[in-house]
Amino acid sequence: MDNAPQEDLELKALSQALHQLYDPVLEEPVPERLRARRQRWRAPAIAAGWAILGLCAGTIAGWQLHASRPVIAPQAEVPGFVKRAAVAHATYSPEVRHPVEVGADQEQHLVAWLSKRLGATVRAPKLETAGYSLVGGRLLPGDDGPVAHFMYQTAQGRRITLYVRTEAAGNRETAFRFAAEGNVKVFYWIDRKLGYALSSADLGREDLLAVADAVYRQLNP
Amino acid sequence: MNDAESIVELIPRLRRYARALTGDRAAADDLVQDTLERAWSKFHLYRRGTDLRAWLFTVMHNVYVNQLRAARPGAQLDEEMPELSQAAHETAGLELRDLDLAIRRLPPEQREVLLLVVLEDMSYGEAAGSLGIPVGTVMSRLARAREKLRAMLSGLPSGGLQLKIVT
Repeated sequence: MDNAPQEDLELKALSQALHQLYDPVLEEPVPERLRARRQRWRAPAIAAGWAILGLCAGTIAGWQLHASRPVIAPQAEVPGFVKRAAVAHATYSPEVRHPVEVGADQEQHLVAWLSKRLGATVRAPKLETAGYSLVGGRLLPGDDGPVAHFMYQTAQGRRITLYVRTEAAGNRETAFRFAAEGNVKVFYWIDRKLGYALSSADLGREDLLAVADAVYRQLNP
Repeated sequence: MNDAESIVELIPRLRRYARALTGDRAAADDLVQDTLERAWSKFHLYRRGTDLRAWLFTVMHNVYVNQLRAARPGAQLDEEMPELSQAAHETAGLELRDLDLAIRRLPPEQREVLLLVVLEDMSYGEAAGSLGIPVGTVMSRLARAREKLRAMLSGLPSGGLQLKIVT
């Protein structure tokens, strides 16, 4: 390598010219779309900042309890997979061009593929009665392995996502639990070998609960 | 500072590099956005304690290469870009906009090496790590990039770059 003084001088001059050209970018305000992403980014990272809204069972005493359906329980701590589910929702639900990996037009393939990868039978519940149709789904990395992620939307384009992961053998079934961070609300539960998290940025708690209930009924006919 | 906050701090650096790489504001921010999304989905692959900036540049490199392949299917990454016309370079001194144009006429893999080493001030080893290539390849690509810049900017095959140090 030639390190003649002239060569060093030339590199230095080139470096200065490049900085003159491109350093102004550093001072530009970060555009909204990247800032929006950034806020979603921050959410999962600041675990302590998670505003966890534990729902007292009493506050929804009026909810019609199905005999075999989990009740909403006060919760201790939001599991990691719920945070991942909220981030996945925030990441993919605003996506216009690539919201899913496999579209609803290939639903059979999608479900078979995800079931194979998760090593458990995964189903995409039909939520038309709740006003949501399947957009499709994708495979995501979870804490311990692959995770299935389904997206649904209303005719107006409002989206919810269902995050499904396999649970460790020791994990017991749980009641519906609720968590919220910013405007992403999540109902989550464990049913048999699978853990579920249903996320929305648009719906209120009660409306999301109604959809969670529809999901649960679909999967437990 | 946790990892996510560190990434947020690095967004302006990612934008600067992407701008230099693509030469286009919207394309650069698309690249940054895709990089951030991919970084999050692949974050389990990041080894804590290692250089986060280098890892993010690796992610951006992979996204960029995929974009190039998608835009020009079948094209080789080291395909030569057309040379600047002589007419555009009648002035003796270097204009910054000429440099900007010349950089975008470098083959992408030479442009990446040049920008990582000269603009991002990475060592050859760091650049090699980010791009997943041997150090020797970094050095040879950098040499070729500088040779091409010299040729394009001076109109001479091996003349000196007409740059003045500005302080």
